[in-house]
Amino acid sequence: MLIKMIPEVGHFALIIALLLAVVQAIVPLAGAATRRPLWMAYGRPMAMGQFLFVSIAYACLTASYMLDDFSVANVANNSNSLLPWYYKFSAVWGNHEGSVLLWSLMLAGWACAVAVFSRDLPRDMVARVLGILGMVCMGFLLFILVTSNPFERLLPNMPQDGADLNPLLQDFGLVVHPPMLYMGYVGFSVVFAFAIAALLGGRLDAAWTRWARPWTNLAWAFLTVGIALGSWWAYYELGWGGWWFWDPVENASLLPWLSGTALIHSLAVTEKRGSFKSWTVLLAITTFSLSLMGTFLVRSGVLTSVHAFANDPARGFFILVLLAITVALSLLLFALRAPRVSQNVGFSWLSRDALLLINNILLVIMTVTVLLGTIYPLILDSLGLGKISVGPPYFNSLFVPLTVLLCVFMGLGPSSRWKRMSVSALARKLWMSGVAALAIGILAPLVYGGSWNLWVSLGIVSALWIVLPMLRDMFDKTRNASSFLSGLRKLSLAYWGMVLGHLGVAVTIIGVTVVSNYNIERNVRMTPGETVEVAGYQFTMTELGSRRGPNFLADTSTLQVQRGEDGRSFTMRPEKRLYIATGMPMTQVALRPGLFRDLYVAMGEDLGDGSWAMRVQYKPFVRWLWLGALLMAAGGIMAIADKRYRRLAGRRETQPGQTQTPSREATA
Amino acid sequence: MKRRLLLLLPLVGFLLLALFFYRGLALDPSHRDSALMARDFPAFDLATLEEPERRVDTSLLEGEVTLVNVWGEWCPACKQEMPQLLSLAEQGIRMVGINYRDTREKGLQFLDEFGNPFEVNIFDPEGDLGFELGVYGAPETFLVDRDGVIRYHHTGYISPADVRDTILPEVEKWQ
Repeated sequence: MLIKMIPEVGHFALIIALLLAVVQAIVPLAGAATRRPLWMAYGRPMAMGQFLFVSIAYACLTASYMLDDFSVANVANNSNSLLPWYYKFSAVWGNHEGSVLLWSLMLAGWACAVAVFSRDLPRDMVARVLGILGMVCMGFLLFILVTSNPFERLLPNMPQDGADLNPLLQDFGLVVHPPMLYMGYVGFSVVFAFAIAALLGGRLDAAWTRWARPWTNLAWAFLTVGIALGSWWAYYELGWGGWWFWDPVENASLLPWLSGTALIHSLAVTEKRGSFKSWTVLLAITTFSLSLMGTFLVRSGVLTSVHAFANDPARGFFILVLLAITVALSLLLFALRAPRVSQNVGFSWLSRDALLLINNILLVIMTVTVLLGTIYPLILDSLGLGKISVGPPYFNSLFVPLTVLLCVFMGLGPSSRWKRMSVSALARKLWMSGVAALAIGILAPLVYGGSWNLWVSLGIVSALWIVLPMLRDMFDKTRNASSFLSGLRKLSLAYWGMVLGHLGVAVTIIGVTVVSNYNIERNVRMTPGETVEVAGYQFTMTELGSRRGPNFLADTSTLQVQRGEDGRSFTMRPEKRLYIATGMPMTQVALRPGLFRDLYVAMGEDLGDGSWAMRVQYKPFVRWLWLGALLMAAGGIMAIADKRYRRLAGRRETQPGQTQTPSREATA
Repeated sequence: MKRRLLLLLPLVGFLLLALFFYRGLALDPSHRDSALMARDFPAFDLATLEEPERRVDTSLLEGEVTLVNVWGEWCPACKQEMPQLLSLAEQGIRMVGINYRDTREKGLQFLDEFGNPFEVNIFDPEGDLGFELGVYGAPETFLVDRDGVIRYHHTGYISPADVRDTILPEVEKWQ
């Protein structure tokens, strides 16, 4: 009996969560405005209770999937009794309703985490932050209950079996990619809430930025990993070896990442130097707004994309209203409350402050570039000026030069000082790195590829220009220590975080550069016994076969691969699957990964006469793309672990709300 | 006061954007075809992908119901819908491709690899014909009747379900 009622239990839990969110959105904020401690104290229990009830709802939906309850429309449309249990588990977020529920779960989770880890913050600040988060939660829970109820039943005519999960999503990538990405998107709600709370409370000092920084870094790290996982998944799952398509949905995740990157740098300036205050608040609002806008673009159907969820104008309208209310109110508040006088602490044009300002401007230009490219077709269309499509050429021709320019300043940043420094001092520190980067970068394509290539040189010079000055800086910083190693150990975790983050960017740039320019791809017709050579590897097709998986039929092929004449030989087994329930064909790529190259074999079409069209690819350094992203994320997390957050947390307790003096560790 | 007005700029920018989004909602991209429905297929005079010397024009689309598919090597979804297009061609439906904003080399390579359901491919490297057709992004598919009039427009990827539920019935309707 109880098992049969699971979907209803979930539905009721969601309604209770919504009611808690309403209380959380209203009472603490009213309490902060009227200085009533009891009202302010409502924030924490409500946030925790809300998380509990959304968790119950989420667990109920998961249980419906696990138990194959096809009377639930969502399960019937997106699952199948033949589906392995782990894909049933992840199928929950492979559709619109379930993914909004996951989104809400994470939102409630972040709010609950803020409630737990904010013991040292002033009471009114906590009340305001939780109140704002409560409002956002309320919006999303309303969205679910009004337009996207995942617990809707198909009674009395329930189907015998489900329609199955889209085969593209039956993969480990789907298990991990969306949750990471959503953690990032949703995580930016915390810094948003802090910024709005600071505006509401009229306390736009450096304090809020200090509290918000760890949360922002964490969200940013999640988003970085999420985007990298998406790229990796597209790479091996779609079967043609691309890793970024400038698809609107990919862009929707890149937008908050770019402005989030600007935000973590701008937060650093505001915290250390007390400048860029309004700018930081604006970036915090922008970053979360872009996360929300991504949701709108993906779910409303205004843009066509392979990833887009089933579209429903009513849902699109609801999210647009949600987006409009959230963003317009925040920006209005910003216009009214942002510091009137510019209290910029003076800095010269050559200083870390100035360099970070340039970094911010460039990142914002990049954000706008991607945003325009993504919505330009929509704008032209709604102005009646015809319809166009913007493809990768637009993005590449603008994004690549901007990235190179950004790298120029990234090289200077870590070696510079706050406030001012002389050109000659900077030049003295950096000239050697510059010369070395140029020399290696110009020679690298000659050595590696045999002929000179401007793009490769540009990429390698940029990457080295990020890394070498940083190494030099680390060397300088450890010169006074007894040994190099003990010096390294003395460097703060925040500094290490910066180093790893920047190193990650350099590694990704190298990956992008090399794989874009030295990728080798051959499309061949193969029959068993035939051999093809790609990049020094002999690919011999030994047999064609077929097999039956749990929910698919597959044509299989086996290839024996050997490097040169006497290299070690290994086997690769690509497949072409046909999923039974949906009738959808899928390419299952055979991959031989390596740090310096991937071998990539995919089956194309059956050519009928016992031969297959095969796509064989050699992809050098492609792993560096994602390795770089992991390093960036590790950097973000390492910076959170820095002890000054804990130390200052203790100090804050005795002096609530006081602005902290900038610490001397120069970290951006 | 001036600075206060400056601070209003982000709000104004966002409201403009939201306005476009609102218009965009009404202009559901998969139903943008009203302007082209029941109109003649736009005039063109372009080379074919397969033979650079051979030129084709609208007369190509007359005499038989034809599915015109806009594709490009750079477009991931085009690769995904190829099996569906191949099966449509096998069922005897006449297919013509428009190789959109592509290079000849890449276009031909695409056909080698993913199969070629098309009787002929119109080579449209500058996207001129695509512009006339109001192509929003590849893939897009137009159903043209025997008089060269556009009867149906499908935006985006054609799934096996689309073939069954919309493409085949539409083709039958106009045959």
